[in-house]
Amino acid sequence: MGENVVLTMRDISKTFPGVKALQHVDFTLRKSEIHALMGENGAGKSTLIKVLTGVHEFQSGEIKIEGRAVINKSPQDAQNNGISTVYQEVNLCPNLTVAENLFIGREPRKMGMIDWKTMNRKSEELLRELDIDVSATQSLEECSIAIQQMIAIARAVDMQCKVLILDEPTSSLDDEEVEKLFKLMNRLKSEGVGIIFVTHFLEQVYAVCDRITVLRNGELVGEYEIGKLPRVMLVAKMMGKDFDDLADIKGEHNMQKDMSSAPVIDAKGLGHKGTIKPFDFDIRRGEVVGLTGLLGSGRSELVRAIYGADKADSGTLKVNGQEVKINTPLEAMKVGMAYLPEDRKKEGIIADLSVRENIIIAMQAKRGMFKLMSRKEMEEAADKFIAMLQVKTASRETPIKSLSGGNQQKVIIGRWLLTNPDFLILDEPTRGIDIGTKTEIQKLVLNLADEGKAVTFISSEVEEMLRTCSRMNVLRDGAKVGEIEGEDLTQENIMKTIAGGESAHE
Amino acid sequence: MSKEKGFNWKQITSHHLFMPVVCLIVVCLANVIKSPDFFKISISDNGVLYGSVIDIINRASELVILAIGMTLVTAASGGQDISVGAIMAVAAAVCCQILSGGAASTSEFQNPFILAALAGLAAAMLCGLFNGFLVAKLNIQPMVATLILYTAGRGIAQLVTQGQITYIRVDSYKVLGGYIGKCPIPTPIFAAIISVVVAYLVLNKTALGLYIESVGINGEASRLVGLNSTRIKWMAYVICGFLAGFAGLVNSSRIYSADANNIGLNLEMDAILAVALGGNLLSGGKFSLAGSIIGAFTIQALTTTLLSMNVSADQVPVYKAIVVVVIVVLQSPVFKKQMAVWKARKSSNSTEGGRA
Amino acid sequence: MGKAKSKKISSSTFLLLTTIILFVVMYAAGMIIFNDKGFAKPQMFLNLFVSNAGLLVIGCGMTIVMITGGIDISVGSVTALVCMVCAFAMERMGMNAYMAVLVALAIGLAFGVVQGYLVAYLDIQPFIVTLAGMFFGRGMTAIVSTDMIAITNETFLKWAKFHINLPFGTHNQKGEYLPAYIYPSVVVAIIVVILVSIMLKYSKFGRKLYAIGGSQQSALMMGLNVKRTKFQAYVLAGFLSGLGGFLFCLNSCAGFVEQAKGLEMDAISSAVIGGTLLSGGVGTAVGTLFGVLIKGTISSLITTQGTLSSWWVRITLSALLCFFIVLQAVIAAVKKKGN
Repeated sequence: MGENVVLTMRDISKTFPGVKALQHVDFTLRKSEIHALMGENGAGKSTLIKVLTGVHEFQSGEIKIEGRAVINKSPQDAQNNGISTVYQEVNLCPNLTVAENLFIGREPRKMGMIDWKTMNRKSEELLRELDIDVSATQSLEECSIAIQQMIAIARAVDMQCKVLILDEPTSSLDDEEVEKLFKLMNRLKSEGVGIIFVTHFLEQVYAVCDRITVLRNGELVGEYEIGKLPRVMLVAKMMGKDFDDLADIKGEHNMQKDMSSAPVIDAKGLGHKGTIKPFDFDIRRGEVVGLTGLLGSGRSELVRAIYGADKADSGTLKVNGQEVKINTPLEAMKVGMAYLPEDRKKEGIIADLSVRENIIIAMQAKRGMFKLMSRKEMEEAADKFIAMLQVKTASRETPIKSLSGGNQQKVIIGRWLLTNPDFLILDEPTRGIDIGTKTEIQKLVLNLADEGKAVTFISSEVEEMLRTCSRMNVLRDGAKVGEIEGEDLTQENIMKTIAGGESAHE
Repeated sequence: MSKEKGFNWKQITSHHLFMPVVCLIVVCLANVIKSPDFFKISISDNGVLYGSVIDIINRASELVILAIGMTLVTAASGGQDISVGAIMAVAAAVCCQILSGGAASTSEFQNPFILAALAGLAAAMLCGLFNGFLVAKLNIQPMVATLILYTAGRGIAQLVTQGQITYIRVDSYKVLGGYIGKCPIPTPIFAAIISVVVAYLVLNKTALGLYIESVGINGEASRLVGLNSTRIKWMAYVICGFLAGFAGLVNSSRIYSADANNIGLNLEMDAILAVALGGNLLSGGKFSLAGSIIGAFTIQALTTTLLSMNVSADQVPVYKAIVVVVIVVLQSPVFKKQMAVWKARKSSNSTEGGRA
Repeated sequence: MGKAKSKKISSSTFLLLTTIILFVVMYAAGMIIFNDKGFAKPQMFLNLFVSNAGLLVIGCGMTIVMITGGIDISVGSVTALVCMVCAFAMERMGMNAYMAVLVALAIGLAFGVVQGYLVAYLDIQPFIVTLAGMFFGRGMTAIVSTDMIAITNETFLKWAKFHINLPFGTHNQKGEYLPAYIYPSVVVAIIVVILVSIMLKYSKFGRKLYAIGGSQQSALMMGLNVKRTKFQAYVLAGFLSGLGGFLFCLNSCAGFVEQAKGLEMDAISSAVIGGTLLSGGVGTAVGTLFGVLIKGTISSLITTQGTLSSWWVRITLSALLCFFIVLQAVIAAVKKKGN
């Protein structure tokens, strides 16, 4: 083992009910290095971090810090062992002041009492040093998310850690703030800290990191030095080659959009304050339209505004040529929409209800309270979709929570197919599910389009979208910035549009 | 053969009504041991059924009615309505005050009974509407929201009766809490049966039951499949208020008066207990009406038993509080997890021991 | 610095200010309307403290658990139990008054420990736990004795009736000088308010309470021991309800089953009216002090008025609580929209 190694994780495995989140993963971090942890959604990055910081227990494996084996049972343990973390969601207390958030748990004291003066002064110093423009006595909830993120980093930095974990800290920062963060990271690096940097942004990885570890589907793909792994290779490692045999599933399908009738959905200037700027969107029967953009670019928010999950506050919406006003999801369902939400656990499944009830719930809601479906109808519907989508479940009365992620997702798709929608919105339907099911879902999407349905497909995996979509809408920073179709529909073009005009200015 | 038998046994023990029924049987057994003629039912001189069991079933009526409402509220909002006892008092006060025309005591109806009863029920529903507004619309924790009426309710009831106990000394008023003509079965039992049947029909012939469970388990997912979570929660509170009002009328008829301080006293605790004893999670979600009803009878049997053992009515809550704590501890995920860990350790120890 | 100062007042300050203004307006109105009935006399104001010393201490405990996002509705029953046990011990068992104080505190602590364990370590809803505690306490009171026990212990009565004269006063109709006075219980209550205020503002434990109430998840992620802190909060609140119960007993000099019924509501409303958020993370002992004063003012206004029945106190207080709860909900909704 190298004398520079500060952290090693060996053979780490972790399963959640129904999901193998990590399988025999190794990870090594050296002193004075910025180490990127890369992988698509569901690759196991967050789980690995949480295992390391004691949020999750792990089933097998070993963690060593500076050669000493440790088991972190809680974030507190991890902190005591020199591991500080800044999470993707800001984990600070909004009701406390900036200074308190920096110092809580280790406040400077005078005669046993918290010395607010010293604490505020030290905080001001720390903030100034890190170039964060905020007053120490301000309450945290009055700060912007970006500032909150910087404060979280400042807190971690000030803890004198050996290992600093930054779990997607940049998703809410603008360029200037990212620059500041990088300066800070480089300074810490020079002071000997090992930094684990988790991010979606390739640019940032190549700008600041020394080494990359790639995970895919809970397994280790490999560890690479940054100079030896060109961008394209990295993407290939992250996406995997598993899909190659399916690269052209599109070819079997005609992808004919139906120009004879009015578009199924025709939105003009639709928007929702604070989440998505006014946008135009249209889709015809037989089309699969993709929405792409980075996490937080507004791709989910766009479809939520159409579906009425977040009621649109501007613009007009025509469904099959008829102008409609959608105030609630139910109204959207009644004009033929269906929406599979991004967060399966929080917004999709109704955990304790059976597979049958989860399948019929949308249909039942559409019918109204007083027209209860008969038991026979329910069972027939459930059986039909369990068979059609090949849902692996003990019985139709099994609670959905005991199914695996992929099968849960199929049940939710079944739920919406039962309502026989014209327009189906699938927001990350393949996230966190096994590859076999992924391809099944992709094929299903194309089949549905063949049947004359309009499908909107959102995925973090660009390749997956290229295989299924005939047209792509690109979003950036809460606004639609482009539309690509036909010959132009290539990964390169999409990436360019996502990246935006900055490169042109330079 | 024996294998098959074992399988059936497992099926029975894992049924959601298994524990509630066992609790009820345990309480009954304790009674039988204490007084062997516990189950004896005889006909008294004035032609009505008489016996401990009849007494328990009769007295459990209000609790059964309350437990229905409490079950729905718990399932939909993951919290309990602790104002039901006070709402009973409000309904009784409104009803009696209208019947007596404002006097402290009356020997004939000053206003039609139907009008008074409807007014009482309407007042109770209004209370439910208020609770529902706070919980469903303003997202206030159910128990904090209902705490307001829990304390103010009895004050309001006293305000209605102007601080007195209003007596309705009319025979027809006593029917609801007594007997219908020559029928040997006490009327409250019919009231409870009707409430249960109506609730069963509403929950199983409309989608309300499914909606309530769905909203209680995952409000956001329910909203996205087109359910109006706010309205459904709100509805549960209005139904709960209505049922509390009905229970209040039955109780008021028993004592042919409106006693703002004592009608429904401590019944909120019993109702919560009934729900918990029925195997329902107090954190909401899936519910079993049958379980809650069995729970209600168990609680009443427990109360009657304790009272017959010379425990004073004021002291009974001690035992109920202990039962509540035991149930919620057994239900708590943390405890279950620890038990699972402990069991796993024990079994691994025993297998290792077996090898050695 | 100037930037920080000129910024708009935060919502928690706004709630506290509302309360203080409400109190001043109510009291001033009372002084004007009931001037002839002596509402303007300083003693009338001091009586707010005299009759609510116990509530003040209990309210501080309530504030502590509510800051963590919890609640404790057992306090009324604990008070009844404390009064009853003290009365029983002194009258029927001949215990001396000093021991009685310890017994009172021990009862409070016991409730705090059990409830705290169930809430913090078994993660059971605080409402259910303390609801059970409420019924348990009330029932235990009845088990100790169903009859009312008046306290005749001399030491105890001396504490209860001891006038601490203040250097000001009024003259009665005969022209005699009557110094304004308070009881020792008021002094204890004020000391508790000061200590709790200092604890909340200047101790690590106090700040942890706020952190947990602000976001339990974040507190955990920042390496705070959430479970232990919550447990300690309930134990401390239990201790304070034991102490408050004893002060309450000094006022009533008796123990009976129905005692302090609805006190939990008074304590919760005092805290909420004083700016403590039901969702946790915000609250001060001083705010609760004003909440208690408002509650006291309402009851003195209603008793002074004379013709209104006593249940009006409860109804008004509930209405006020309702108002503040709705106000909090509205502020929270506005804030959410703002973000």
